[in-house]
Amino acid sequence: MLLIRCPYCGERPEIEFRNMGEAHILRPGTDASDDEIADFLYRRSNTKGLIAERWRHVHGCSRFFNAVRHTVTDKFVSIYKTGEPKPDLTALAASLNGVARS
Amino acid sequence: MTAPFRTASGGRIKRAETLSFSFDGRPLEGHPGDTLASALLANGIHLVGRSFKYHRPRGILTAGSEEPNALVTIARDAGRTTPNLRATEVEIYSGLKASSQNRWPSLSFDVGGINDLFAPIFASGFYYKTFMWPKSFWRSVYEPQIRAAAGFGMAPEKPDPDRYQQRYAHCDVMVVGAGPAGLAAALAAMESGARVIIVDEGAEFGGSLLTDTSARIDGKTGWHWAADIIMSLGLSDKVTCLTRTSAFGYYADNMIGLSERITDHLEVPPAHAPRERLWQVRAKHVVLATGALERPLVFPGNDRPGVMLAEAARTYLNRYGVKVGSRVAVATATDSAYQAAIDLKAAGVEIAVLVDVRPEGGALVELAREAGIRVELGASVCDTVGRLRISSLAIGRIGADGRATRFETIACDGLLVSGGWTPTVHLYSQSRGKLRFDAASQTFLPGVGAQAQISAGAANGTFGLESVLNEGYAAGEAAARAAGKKTFGAKTFSAEATDAAPAGTLGALPTDRDPSRVRAFVDFQHDVTAKDLKLALREGFRSIEHMKRYTTTGMATDQGKTSNLNALAIAAKELGKDIPSVGLTTFRMPYTPVSFGILAGVARGDMFEPVRQTAAHASALALGAVFEDVGAWKRAWYFPKAGETMHQAVNREVTAVRQTVGLFDASTLGKIEVVGPDAAEFMHRLYTNPFLKLEVGRCRYGILTKDDGFVFDDGVVGRIAADRFHVTTTTGGAARVLSHFEDYRQTEWPDLKVWLTSTSEQWATFAIQGPKARDIIAPFVEGIDISAAAMPHMSVRGGTFLGVPARLFRMSFTGEFGFEVNVPADYGRAVWDALYPAVIAAGGAAYGTEAMHVLRAEKGYIIVGQETDGTVTPDDAGLAWAIGKAKADFVGKRGMLRADLVAPGRKQLVGLETVDGTTVLEEGAQITPVAVPAKRSHAIGHVTSSYQSPTVGRSIALALLENGRARHGERLYVPMPNGAIAVVVTDPVFYDKEGKRLDG
Ligand SMILES: [Zn+2]
Repeated sequence: MLLIRCPYCGERPEIEFRNMGEAHILRPGTDASDDEIADFLYRRSNTKGLIAERWRHVHGCSRFFNAVRHTVTDKFVSIYKTGEPKPDLTALAASLNGVARS
Repeated sequence: MTAPFRTASGGRIKRAETLSFSFDGRPLEGHPGDTLASALLANGIHLVGRSFKYHRPRGILTAGSEEPNALVTIARDAGRTTPNLRATEVEIYSGLKASSQNRWPSLSFDVGGINDLFAPIFASGFYYKTFMWPKSFWRSVYEPQIRAAAGFGMAPEKPDPDRYQQRYAHCDVMVVGAGPAGLAAALAAMESGARVIIVDEGAEFGGSLLTDTSARIDGKTGWHWAADIIMSLGLSDKVTCLTRTSAFGYYADNMIGLSERITDHLEVPPAHAPRERLWQVRAKHVVLATGALERPLVFPGNDRPGVMLAEAARTYLNRYGVKVGSRVAVATATDSAYQAAIDLKAAGVEIAVLVDVRPEGGALVELAREAGIRVELGASVCDTVGRLRISSLAIGRIGADGRATRFETIACDGLLVSGGWTPTVHLYSQSRGKLRFDAASQTFLPGVGAQAQISAGAANGTFGLESVLNEGYAAGEAAARAAGKKTFGAKTFSAEATDAAPAGTLGALPTDRDPSRVRAFVDFQHDVTAKDLKLALREGFRSIEHMKRYTTTGMATDQGKTSNLNALAIAAKELGKDIPSVGLTTFRMPYTPVSFGILAGVARGDMFEPVRQTAAHASALALGAVFEDVGAWKRAWYFPKAGETMHQAVNREVTAVRQTVGLFDASTLGKIEVVGPDAAEFMHRLYTNPFLKLEVGRCRYGILTKDDGFVFDDGVVGRIAADRFHVTTTTGGAARVLSHFEDYRQTEWPDLKVWLTSTSEQWATFAIQGPKARDIIAPFVEGIDISAAAMPHMSVRGGTFLGVPARLFRMSFTGEFGFEVNVPADYGRAVWDALYPAVIAAGGAAYGTEAMHVLRAEKGYIIVGQETDGTVTPDDAGLAWAIGKAKADFVGKRGMLRADLVAPGRKQLVGLETVDGTTVLEEGAQITPVAVPAKRSHAIGHVTSSYQSPTVGRSIALALLENGRARHGERLYVPMPNGAIAVVVTDPVFYDKEGKRLDG
């Protein structure tokens, strides 16, 4: 069972959390094109590697937050509050590879 | 009386005490400290089971949890019957009743053994090839027959009466395995002051030191050294020592699953004790000191009772004081079997011959010969003879062509085999660490790890007692340091012992027979032979994962602990590849089987799922209500009077509401209090309806869509104050609606000042519906003017009801004039108990959820999840009026304008009336334009709700139908197995279309 670090409560076991899907998908305005609304509703990156996700500490403080997770290893690489900018996933991946090599 | 194969002295059993037990009804004796396997062997019993597929006689192969053959059933009573236990792990107690499995009528004469004669037809994929046709036979004939004939022990007949516990724990250092490496690691970690948990699956700590009586560590015997360490670990209040505890799974972020067996070894389990305990341990660092497993050799007839791993035989001798035969032969590819032969010889067992497949032998050849053992180098086992026990073996010289030439047949009553040692990397692999193939030792070893762990000792490919101890201590020290503890540097041990070496042989041994005609078993538990593996390859299975599934090798309850590497080597040889490029199959949890009991814990029976009851539950129960489950809620379904059928009761309840008054417990509805300066703006953005201008004291039926534009939930919302809303949701939707609200509040509009609180359990809610509703509630209401002028339809007022604070809504889900009163849940039962007699006195009735459904269907009111399925827009459901056309945005506004959602031909809500007026359609039934639709034509709609309506005197239904609103009056069909039912499309409102009854 994963340990996840809630930015408000600290490290807690996975069962206290709920994954809420990919993060940084901006809700478009009512003037969005069909393609834009389809992007917003349905199209996801489905990355093999690092992905930014929304999580909710649903059986805890109830707060939403964002996290970068590796979809192969399940390792949490970065955890940050809702509203904070999306980390540069490419740079993060490169720094991880550097760690693995050294 | 001493059992015939018990030695005169030695071992760790308590000889002074004798225990009586039985095997297949036969009374036998053993001693405390015996396993069932050692006690059986002491009595000269090797035949303990029949194999899975061919029902071949099988004996005891190992002395540990990797045992593939000796599976038994232990029965205390009908509820405490455990099948498939390994006799090598079961500890005997006085009165233990063990029985063999997979045989009928008896172990020595088994009718299923006939399978063995037909073995040629049971080759790889036999089940797939033979039982393909006809399809219907699979479930009715083939599968039950196969399941009856094959398989392992029987499940117990009665519910399990025992208690199983679950516990969570944290530690700095977790040590798995309490052999020399594990003990040294735990010692190092303890000395650093770390919190340590050390576990071993055996009944006592010590691992290989319990077998290797010749070992000396720092001047002490191995037993003595281990005893001293175990005592100091036990005395430390920071160390938890768990015996009889299997570390069965290594999960993410260093969580280890442990299965602790607490009472199975006791004659009389204490009444208070749980039988087993599940531990979920979160360790900062883990030391894997899981040892190594000896591999069997693959040769024809290698599965006869009496064929046993060499180190297992040594364990039975040195630890249990049991000789595994009178005259045993040894076949080996490694040194450790020599020591077994020497130990057995010294104990008075005749060693018929020792054959070593290695042309030069190893380090112990001379020592063995000096002990008087005949050693044949560069020789192989060509075959064995013996029906229920081995009686002789044929040995052959291995030639340069890789084939053996038989030169002698030698009588024996046992054959000890050793193909080498396989490091136990199961947990390491489960931790997602990468394995690397070590060419020198021909084994897979831990490579680049993925978690905070370290392997030590034989599990890490390190052999030789001194190296193992030093590596174990260093691992424990490193783990403690990684966990943030201060350590005091390396410690070294001086040790002498017979050093096992990992190298050996893999795959099938050379033989003089046609390899395609002999049966040399690789996987004993699933009866897979070398020939089966080769056949699978010839049939085109190339991936090791496919080969595993096709032949089922390694897929039995032992997960191929003794067989996987041999199977892999045979596949590699046949494919002409090296072992690492063929690859290992995945190691799965659990390492050894885990009982369902510990996984369930207390979550059984009434504790399986919590039940939610409303405040007035007991009163409804006392009235004889029949309940239905709605999520975890128990809801009153209907209230039958004596002798009434459900249909009669529901008709009476519906009629009472229409003609006088009905009382309904609506407490299960979800409720959310939305509060704050921006509460109205928040509601306005979430709901399709406009909310900014809803006056204080008024209510609105609101619809929630998600951003995709499909109906998500609905409910009546009352504005309690300028900054306060009382929101209701569907019963099943309460949690997801709050989550939806929180999502938008926290992540989309964090600037809005609004707070959300679930109040579902704080309010008890009762609907009083019908022409006499006002008369019923009037005596209880204080502080609210409930006259028609002062309190119109869809209004809400605060006051008291029966003297307690209340929110009174004038609203209706029945189409009748009525109210819903909310009172604090603690007063819910009192309010129900006050209302009910008043309702009865007025000629009314309590009504349940079934009558509620009929009443709302007569009015064409939808139920989310019944008329909607996640693909229905408000317009589809006939609710376009509830969409605020002037709103700039709301959740779902853009989504519901998508091309598909506004295209013509969508399914729309309609009513259906059967032409005969009496048939009640089946909910979910399909609707077609003709009675007998052509094949491959599609249905144009489906029935969503269907009832017999006492109010309109006929059957009614709601349906979703393509272009439904344009089809009113059309005649369509609902095809059923007994013929199509003709229906006419109508408006979904069957009663009081003008809504006059709402005015009272
Ligand atoms: Zn939290």
